[in-house]
Amino acid sequence: MITTDILIIGAGPTGLFAVFEAGLLKLKCHIIDALPQIGGQLSELYPKKPIFDIPGYPSVLAGDLVQNLMEQIKQFQPGFTLNEKAETIKKLEDGTFIVTTNKGTEHHAKAVAIAGGLGSFEPRKPLIDNIEFYEDKGVEYFVKDPELFRDKKIVIAGGGDSALDWSIFLADVASEVTLVHRRNEFRGALDSVEKVTELKHQGKIHMVTPAEVTNVFGDGKIEAIELDINGEKVRKETDFFIPLFGLTPKLGAIADWGLEIEKNAIKVNNALDYQTNIEGVYAIGDINTYPGKLKLILCGFHEATLMCQSVFNKLNPGKKYVLKYTTVSGVDGFDGTRKEAEKQVVKAID
Amino acid sequence: MDVTITITDREGVVHEVQAPTDMAMNIMELCRAYELAPDGTIGVCGGMAMCASCQCYILNDIELPDMGADEDAMLSEAFNVKPNSRLGCQIPITPELEGLILELAPE
Repeated sequence: MITTDILIIGAGPTGLFAVFEAGLLKLKCHIIDALPQIGGQLSELYPKKPIFDIPGYPSVLAGDLVQNLMEQIKQFQPGFTLNEKAETIKKLEDGTFIVTTNKGTEHHAKAVAIAGGLGSFEPRKPLIDNIEFYEDKGVEYFVKDPELFRDKKIVIAGGGDSALDWSIFLADVASEVTLVHRRNEFRGALDSVEKVTELKHQGKIHMVTPAEVTNVFGDGKIEAIELDINGEKVRKETDFFIPLFGLTPKLGAIADWGLEIEKNAIKVNNALDYQTNIEGVYAIGDINTYPGKLKLILCGFHEATLMCQSVFNKLNPGKKYVLKYTTVSGVDGFDGTRKEAEKQVVKAID
Repeated sequence: MDVTITITDREGVVHEVQAPTDMAMNIMELCRAYELAPDGTIGVCGGMAMCASCQCYILNDIELPDMGADEDAMLSEAFNVKPNSRLGCQIPITPELEGLILELAPE
């Protein structure tokens, strides 16, 4: 069982920054995220897009902001449970919580901060009738472990970055890579498009365009797919089918936690500390709602800060505390490092 | 100046809404402003033509701005696409849109 002070659900910018504010108060954090990487929407949807309304940054690429946040929090040694979804929450008699993921990983925390953005990102599934039957039986929506595809025949469908990048990567792993897309044009980074073109000419990636995968077949596991090529149905043998049509956010299991939900968002007490109707459970960032709510990263940072102060006060009732400024007090990491302003000298000038 | 736009939501309810032409808004944002679809089900990517959650079907013959490469590429990956599909986030609200009729595509 993983134990921590604040369990943060969601590794987007708000969740990451909460680690910093908690660290200043000597509170340890652990973060769960459904995606295999940190950064939430910023990494998943628009890592190369600039953001212009982060205070102090006239422009910052979303991916760079995530990297900077990670650099900012690393001395507070946050733990991560990635690629798993928070599924159930249990409040114990002492007011602490056990949160269990879909893979059974248990987390014991004194407080829970839901920073889940629009929800956990789930794959957009192609509209094929029986596709759910073949999930984990040859239909994979993520490439979690490339070795799974070693010397296998795979079919990748999609026309964006993921489809291009995984086709390139798996060209050297799988015995046969077929890339299917509804049209001849792909949308992705220029070097990815050029690389796929090169691999196609080398015969390492078979391109089938414009075409669509319209059916999957197999006895217990996938054995073949059906391609629609200009109206003509073609059967193709394969070991795996990897549809990469992007992700869509779903509130998911959190919706069943007994939280007050309004318009797909969690209601919180914004006059005080962004706590939900369950004491000890907070919601910060895009996932919460209150009168006047704005879904902005900078608002998430503020909410994270107030949440941490509230958790500190709850865990240390009656303890005298004044807000510290990092410029004055520096930052003492849990890893023993210390960041501080350079000392001035007091010295006579001869 | 406002224009009148008729939007059928995903439940089939028809809304006739007044859309401002001076607020740099687009059709996706108009739907959000009038709460025609729940948060998190429309405009997920914020309007970057990257998610197709604002896909709509254009139902009458009003001249719209041409489709850009990004919108075209996104629609080539989306589901439930029809010949009259567009991404609402790529259609700015201008006086030329007066009388536009559209329907939100399924989620």
